[in-house]
Amino acid sequence: MLTNTSITTQKKFRGALSSLADNMKKNYELYLLSLPMFIYIVVFHYGPMYGVQIAFKDFTPVKGISGSPWVGFEHFIRFFKSYHFWTLLKNTLGISVYSLAVGFPCPIILALMLNEVRHKYFKKTIQMVTYAPHFISVVVLVGIMTTFLSPNTGVINHFIKKLGMEPIAFLEKPEWFKTLYVLSGVWQRVGWNSIIYMAALSSIDVQLHEAAIVDGSNKLQRIYYIDIPGIIPTAVILLILNMGNIMSVGFEKVFLMQNPLNLRSSEVISTYVYKVGLMGGEFSFSAAVGLFNSVVNFALLVIVNRIAGRVGDTRLW
Amino acid sequence: MPGTTRTSIRQSTFDRIFDVINYGLLCIVLIIFIYPLLFVLSASISDPNAIWNGQVWLLPKDISFAGYNMIFGNENIWIGYKNTIIYAIVGTIINLFVTITAAYPLSRKDFYARNFLMRAYTFTMFFSGGMIPTYLLVKQLGMLDTIWAMIIPNAASVWNVIITRTYFQNNIPDELREAAAIDGCSNIKFLIRIVAPLSAPIIAVMTLFYGVGHWNAFFNGLIYLSDRNKFPLQLFLREILILSQMEQNMLEHVDPHEVSERMRIAETVKYGVIIVSSLPVLIVYPFVQRHFVKGIMIGSLKG
Repeated sequence: MLTNTSITTQKKFRGALSSLADNMKKNYELYLLSLPMFIYIVVFHYGPMYGVQIAFKDFTPVKGISGSPWVGFEHFIRFFKSYHFWTLLKNTLGISVYSLAVGFPCPIILALMLNEVRHKYFKKTIQMVTYAPHFISVVVLVGIMTTFLSPNTGVINHFIKKLGMEPIAFLEKPEWFKTLYVLSGVWQRVGWNSIIYMAALSSIDVQLHEAAIVDGSNKLQRIYYIDIPGIIPTAVILLILNMGNIMSVGFEKVFLMQNPLNLRSSEVISTYVYKVGLMGGEFSFSAAVGLFNSVVNFALLVIVNRIAGRVGDTRLW
Repeated sequence: MPGTTRTSIRQSTFDRIFDVINYGLLCIVLIIFIYPLLFVLSASISDPNAIWNGQVWLLPKDISFAGYNMIFGNENIWIGYKNTIIYAIVGTIINLFVTITAAYPLSRKDFYARNFLMRAYTFTMFFSGGMIPTYLLVKQLGMLDTIWAMIIPNAASVWNVIITRTYFQNNIPDELREAAAIDGCSNIKFLIRIVAPLSAPIIAVMTLFYGVGHWNAFFNGLIYLSDRNKFPLQLFLREILILSQMEQNMLEHVDPHEVSERMRIAETVKYGVIIVSSLPVLIVYPFVQRHFVKGIMIGSLKG
């Protein structure tokens, strides 16, 4: 019996191997075509994952990655114990939870509102205008904010002065940082992010709406009972994906909005890694900080995905 | 459609109120989005003194091109423009090559490695080694301060590969490949002669996605480049817009009563620079908007 099964599995294994070999012979060009991307992914995505071992080592460029001595969790412990740790964690989580809380529902609301517009050109205009900021670079976005919010010359403060109030140096105030970050983010992304919901809404069966109208429902009821259930699967998928990014506040925008005066609430993990690692040259320590960030992100993604799969039927994998 | 619903079923009062509020709110949204863009445009062609004193609210006042003169006389802007154009063109060509060659095999059901490759690619969307190991890798490869640091580390995006693969899957029927195979057409020939011409829409979308990405790229320049002659436009923009370095340079070796005049021009320059740098994207945008949206739609189909 035992030998029998082992022989069959062996046979199966050999069969699979030979069919793979056949496939490679027949479709060798497809394997060839896949090479550039495969090499790119291995070198530039899995390469750094191999390189992240320096987080557990005392890396010096002279000795190289494999030559540097192991130090275990020393860098992680140093980070957890450091004075910055809680501030960084608080800022990073604070900014992304705030972004998610405001930024996640906005595109849904916009899509629902646009879906009720019956004038084609009005709808087109709004879509065109709200998508546009997506194509503005982060540098320009932060540039617009700096000029508009400038305490002496910005248009917002000119307006505040007109109302007879004192101008506010928004970008220099730590208490304004998160709000500015989140609202400018909504301005830049809401239109673009609504596209996917518009697509989901347009795939809802018109008959459902017609039946509801016949039954005497009003627009709000139809949104609540037909439209919203129709886009929930899409929303859940996007929510899961967003949860997987909750610890990775975009480096670029925070970095550009930072200045010495608002640092108290604007220093996040990624900007800290940049400063300590690339500016300060503490490669191992900053790699450890970055790895901590990636691992937490990935764990969150897996957990939320699991929960979503159990509660509803929607999940990523 | 609106005509038929209106005649067949009368709108209730509630629905009419709903519509009024809905349209009203959307008009406010419209203003919030248009105003900043319009203001920047107006401010860039207004008299520097008018902006300084807060006389510009929506339309330009005392039209002046002092800011633009300053911008076109600034060699950094030209260097940045030139570099960005080079990076965008070379980068996009490489992006397209890698994306299409990667996506096509993944769209074929008779390609045995496809599940393995898909998994290997998607995993990198959710987990990464981080900034420091990537930097060390680029450094080790000798790419620091070269054009390649701006291009190779972003040779393709997994997300775009998936979108392109989905397009191929939905638009290139298996029968087509079988027929071509019977006629003795090889896979590569099939990709070049048949798949590529049939995939003009997705190739256009990818060109736009990658092109805009390169145009707006800032991060790679910041961490990999230190030679100012290789800086992309966005890095110079940061200096002018956010760090206000133009002001500081302009204020050197200037006699005191010219200082305030120069500071005012520097403020106008910021608005002009926003326009000059975003111009290519803003001009192209209205014409290609539909294609971008199509790209998102293709990507949103789970495949």
